Amino acid sequence: MKLFRRISTSLLLITFSVLLLGATGDRARFNDLGHRMMCVCGCNQILLECNHVGCTYSDRMREQLSAAIQQESNDENILQTFVKEYGTTVLAAPTMRGFDRVAWIMPFAVFLAGGSFDSQLEIPPTAVRCTRRARSPGSLPRKGT
Amino acid sequence: MPLFGSFALLLALLLSAYCMVFGAIALRQQAIGMPSDRLAETTRRAGIAIWVAVAGAGFALVWAALNNDFSVAYILHHTNRDLPLPYKFAALWSGQEGSLLFWAFLLSTYGLVLRLRHKVDVKLTAYASTILAAVQLFFLSLLNFAARPFSLVAGNIPPDGNGLNPLLQYPEMVIHPPMLYLGYVGFAVPFAFALGALIMKYPGEKWIHITRRWTMVTWCFLTCGIFLGAHWAYSVLGWGGYWGWDPVENASFFPWLTGTAFLHSVMMQEKRGMLKTWNVWLIFSTFMLSILGTFLTRSGVVSSVHAFAQSSIGEWFMWFLAIVFVVCLYFYIRNRDHLRSEHRLESLLSRESSFLFQNLVLLASCFAILWGTLFPVLSEWIQGHKVTVGPPFFNRVNVPIAMFLLLLTGVGPLLAWRSTSWASLKRNFTIPVIATVTTAILLMVFGVRPWQDAAHFYSLMAISLGALVTTTIVSEFVRGGRVIARHTGQNLLASMLTLTRRNTRRYGGYIVHFGVVVIVVGLSGAAFNQQKEQELGFHEQMQIGPYTLVCDTSTEEENPNYQISYAILNVYKNGKPIGQMFPARKFFKASQQPDTIVANHSTPIEDLYVIYAGKNLDTDKPIIKAFINPLVMWIWAGVWVLIFGTVVAMIPPISAATVPSLQQVRPSTVALPVSSEPVEAGD
Repeated sequence: MKLFRRISTSLLLITFSVLLLGATGDRARFNDLGHRMMCVCGCNQILLECNHVGCTYSDRMREQLSAAIQQESNDENILQTFVKEYGTTVLAAPTMRGFDRVAWIMPFAVFLAGGSFDSQLEIPPTAVRCTRRARSPGSLPRKGT
Repeated sequence: MPLFGSFALLLALLLSAYCMVFGAIALRQQAIGMPSDRLAETTRRAGIAIWVAVAGAGFALVWAALNNDFSVAYILHHTNRDLPLPYKFAALWSGQEGSLLFWAFLLSTYGLVLRLRHKVDVKLTAYASTILAAVQLFFLSLLNFAARPFSLVAGNIPPDGNGLNPLLQYPEMVIHPPMLYLGYVGFAVPFAFALGALIMKYPGEKWIHITRRWTMVTWCFLTCGIFLGAHWAYSVLGWGGYWGWDPVENASFFPWLTGTAFLHSVMMQEKRGMLKTWNVWLIFSTFMLSILGTFLTRSGVVSSVHAFAQSSIGEWFMWFLAIVFVVCLYFYIRNRDHLRSEHRLESLLSRESSFLFQNLVLLASCFAILWGTLFPVLSEWIQGHKVTVGPPFFNRVNVPIAMFLLLLTGVGPLLAWRSTSWASLKRNFTIPVIATVTTAILLMVFGVRPWQDAAHFYSLMAISLGALVTTTIVSEFVRGGRVIARHTGQNLLASMLTLTRRNTRRYGGYIVHFGVVVIVVGLSGAAFNQQKEQELGFHEQMQIGPYTLVCDTSTEEENPNYQISYAILNVYKNGKPIGQMFPARKFFKASQQPDTIVANHSTPIEDLYVIYAGKNLDTDKPIIKAFINPLVMWIWAGVWVLIFGTVVAMIPPISAATVPSLQQVRPSTVALPVSSEPVEAGD
């Protein structure tokens, strides 16, 4: 049991330390922002992944992004500049503002709702506490597993 | 031939109408005790005849393609004289009308098998056959009234056709759509059985036993179809990736996710009599999602790069979907008492609860993808402007879900049915947890930096959890193998083989899980992709990672179908020559469209993926784009493992083969002792 606890604690520590650490630098910002925008040429690809031959947008947009990173320290402002110039569809994912927030919330809300609905169907309150009882031979399911 | 094809389709429509209407009448007569055997038999034979008629129509279209019959508009628009023979055959599913005819053909083939095997359970099969005839009626109505494949060209017949879309002129495209359609269409069979069982309040779980193999075969086809599509995208589209979260790709994923959930949750019903409502709705949803996917991709409701499939038939699918939903809901409300669970969960630490969570996670993933696919439409409707829901959304929502799913895949098999004790948890989890942590540490030692960005973090998580699942699977095989070795004196490997043969469903399932792990490891390599673009003149070189590409020459060739320009590159790894690569671009004459031919040097460690992006007209130098994509080969290898596991899971276990007399006993009516129960593959 001690070993089990130690391993669990170590796992938690590793996870938290990974989550708390972050990366900075212009290259990382370019990579991050370039992956948060779409190429607007109609190829339906992420800005940094557009391989559309003869694309008249992606090279220009990448240069614009490079220049904006040098001048502006706030990433949100850079994204807003692009939205003003190319429209809302330049953003590769909905924002966390206004109605767009619903896009992010819904999947998790449905997951939780589904979980609680299903638990009403199949999980009685007694099942919530974990039993310490080992499985007895008589408690086998209908078919052998 | 066009006349013959049109007649065959009309005949098939009439036969399906007969099969549905008179099938329903025969079932009604049966229910009130009137003799209806002869009428039922005629409807079954009509169902078989549908196949003959639809196969005739399919033959007529292929014949027209092979003989360059450009009087048929479909042939004119999707083939040309110089198109190679296999692609002329593939023209059957290259466009809207042809693909619907192909769909109808596959549906009638599934129907044929179902009706020929009616002795499995005559009454239930009669219900399923009638429901399937209703589905056939819909597709045949589409083919006769809305998307007619044998429409004739108005005015003069052109001497040559427009040709096939160049992106489709690739060997995998000859087999990718059939596989995908086999998957989509196949879910109609378990759907028909489930709805039939619900309507007739069929006792027991026999409908699950009958449909389990149907569902597995269908699921396997869909899996193959999805990954063939991914491989095609990787090899042909030339953007260095295999999955772009395009609505059409997403559409194929919906039924796959719910189908996967169904394959797992039916075990709960078989073993514990639980989740009956859940299972019925899962298979209803899987079928409806197949139709919804088709509606989304053919209606133009969502914008997709697969624009060639869009038309006005979306409304037909929407109405069909609505009718299917209403019918399912009506019979569910009427007969829901029949679906009451026999047991409820006894502990959250049990195999049942892991199945339940796994199902929830799969459905959450399915909903998230569906939601993301539809959100631009919803946003435009509510906010008045469209938003893009691209890969960042899908990745951010689905990758954590996939990690949780992988965790459950590792944990689930180690939990006992009904409840698991702490002692058992400790005993079973110590080694897998140690393997997981060790893998994570080793990955960090060898250069994975999870603190640098989310992609590295998720890669580390994926590979570590993959180690957890693998350890679990190996321990399950070893533990079971040891028990058999003790009793039989066989060596461990032979014992594990015997173990697998005795319970093919369970151990085949573990092999499938291992295949998933291999795929996940391959996918996690994407975090370390590199790319570079450069103009490469004669004898100039470019460096990417350990590879050096030197341009030997660039040249052009021509044949009746296309012109091709390509570069010949000498490739060196760490200074040592490893061969030549020939990235190319084709220009198809009939369709006047370009196409990329990717050159790929694939190894288990990484792919060197090179594209000829055209020539700079100012400098006359070829533009070369190179990618290093680590671990991609693992994805394709994982699919093979997955297929192998599915095949193993479908093989009847040896205990069933050696006890033939037991198979004649109806499990729903006779309760047998545990030791002598008829063994279905998959216990």
